[in-house]
Amino acid sequence: MNMEPLSVKNAPAAAAVRSVFEIERLSKTYARNQLIALSDVNLTLRKGEFVSVIGSSGCGKSTLLKIMAGLLPPTTGRVVLEGRPVTGPRPDIGIMFQQATLLPWKSALENIVLPVEIREGRQAAQSARARAMALLELVGLHEFASAYPGELSGGMAQRVSICRMLISDPAVLLLDEPFSALDELTRDFMNMELQRICMERGATAFLVTHSLAEAVILSDRILVMQARPGQVVEEVTIDLPRPRSLEMINTPRFGEIVAHIRDLLGREAFT
Amino acid sequence: MSDMTVSREADTVWVEREAFIDRIPRSVAMLFLFVVVVGIWDLVTRAGWVSPIILPTPAETLRDLIFVGQNLVTGGYMLDALWTTTLTVFWGFLIATCIGFSLGVLVGETKFGERAVMPYLVAIDTMPKVAFAPLFIAWLGFDIASKVALAAFIATFPIVVATAAGLYAANENERMLFKSIGASRLQTLLRLKLPTGLPYLFTGLKIASVGVMAGAIMGEFLGGGKGFGALIRQSASQMNTPRVFALILYLSLLGLALYFIVVWAQRRFVFWNKTDRPGGLV
Repeated sequence: MNMEPLSVKNAPAAAAVRSVFEIERLSKTYARNQLIALSDVNLTLRKGEFVSVIGSSGCGKSTLLKIMAGLLPPTTGRVVLEGRPVTGPRPDIGIMFQQATLLPWKSALENIVLPVEIREGRQAAQSARARAMALLELVGLHEFASAYPGELSGGMAQRVSICRMLISDPAVLLLDEPFSALDELTRDFMNMELQRICMERGATAFLVTHSLAEAVILSDRILVMQARPGQVVEEVTIDLPRPRSLEMINTPRFGEIVAHIRDLLGREAFT
Repeated sequence: MSDMTVSREADTVWVEREAFIDRIPRSVAMLFLFVVVVGIWDLVTRAGWVSPIILPTPAETLRDLIFVGQNLVTGGYMLDALWTTTLTVFWGFLIATCIGFSLGVLVGETKFGERAVMPYLVAIDTMPKVAFAPLFIAWLGFDIASKVALAAFIATFPIVVATAAGLYAANENERMLFKSIGASRLQTLLRLKLPTGLPYLFTGLKIASVGVMAGAIMGEFLGGGKGFGALIRQSASQMNTPRVFALILYLSLLGLALYFIVVWAQRRFVFWNKTDRPGGLV
């Protein structure tokens, strides 16, 4: 199949937009078992761009995200966010995990201001409450500000954790399979919510997923990763117009893109 | 179309049978068991199948219950004894909680504690701790201090283990979250690990509340003094079995009170962990 048109049509004026995240020649070898988790990964995230990485389990995509989040040191290579090397967790990095990971003894609002409370103390957390309230409004949960996590559904809990990620107004959003623990209907809904929030805020986002449909519907670009050693084997630009809707899943174009990526992933699985 | 109404059959309505025990209140069930047990007890003692020195009749026991109760209410010497035992239990529990919690944090939070301290704690825990009673008496004398020491000694270990287990309870995601928001080790301990471990800690405190009672009474058996344990031993040596029964029953009120204080504190502080298990008391 000739995929040439995919990468050109409707692509944003890439060169004109400033880059937020730059990764060069990144590799990661685990000292424990000499496992090469990542090998020579190069990646640039531009302002307002939504990039996904997809690959089979064990291809190193979670390792890549942890290194970008400053949770894991790289073995070699450069990891630079907003001109400063990432050498540890930073307030301008927002991160979201598979599980909502809300503290059960804190209300939704208190959970959202937790990063502020930890970094700047209770006083700052108190004054961040108004911002947290606005974020709850953004995800449609303002009535649940004082609810405890035990009283929230899985989807609601993840929306609260979106707010917690956004409270420090991060330069980049790192999403580690954020909705994979949710049921399919909720997951579709949350993906559309995520797109809306990212578009409204002009957020730069990096998503790790193993769901093809999710990656295609959300992303401007998809990096296809291969395991042993983990490396990016292809970059696919998604030229579907924005805002995307769930109906696009049924269009021929969507089918073509999915088929192309599945072909790339499948080739790896059998070689 | 018309045959729809013809072929329509009756609704499938049926009632699930409720077990008989579910239809009677807990208080009635408890009363029923009480009456049965006392009835058998009465039958066995009245018929003369067992010696009254081994097992007194319910009536004799009730007489002594009233006698001891009167002594307690009127502020007699038994109230002093109960107060002494209550103080022993209170101080024993407080000391066990402080030492147990501190050691638990040391074991659960530091590699040194886990690797160097824990093996010794396990070794000491496997010893029959009552065997230390003569040592405590030799070191601290026949006063309340030696009893407090034994009670605290027995109650400390479950708290250490529970605290340490509680500190391990926070999962990988939660630790990652705290790391990602730049939390220090102390912040992670105070804001994540300790709150997560609270339910474990309370389980340890409940076990300790039983242990501290056993320790206090054992101390009073062996070390004499003024406590309820000494009263029991005295009555037993006089073959006054009904008195022993009555004293034990009043003593159990002290144990129950301590247990329910812990349960109350747990409901108050671990409000998010609503384990509505059948039973409700544990």
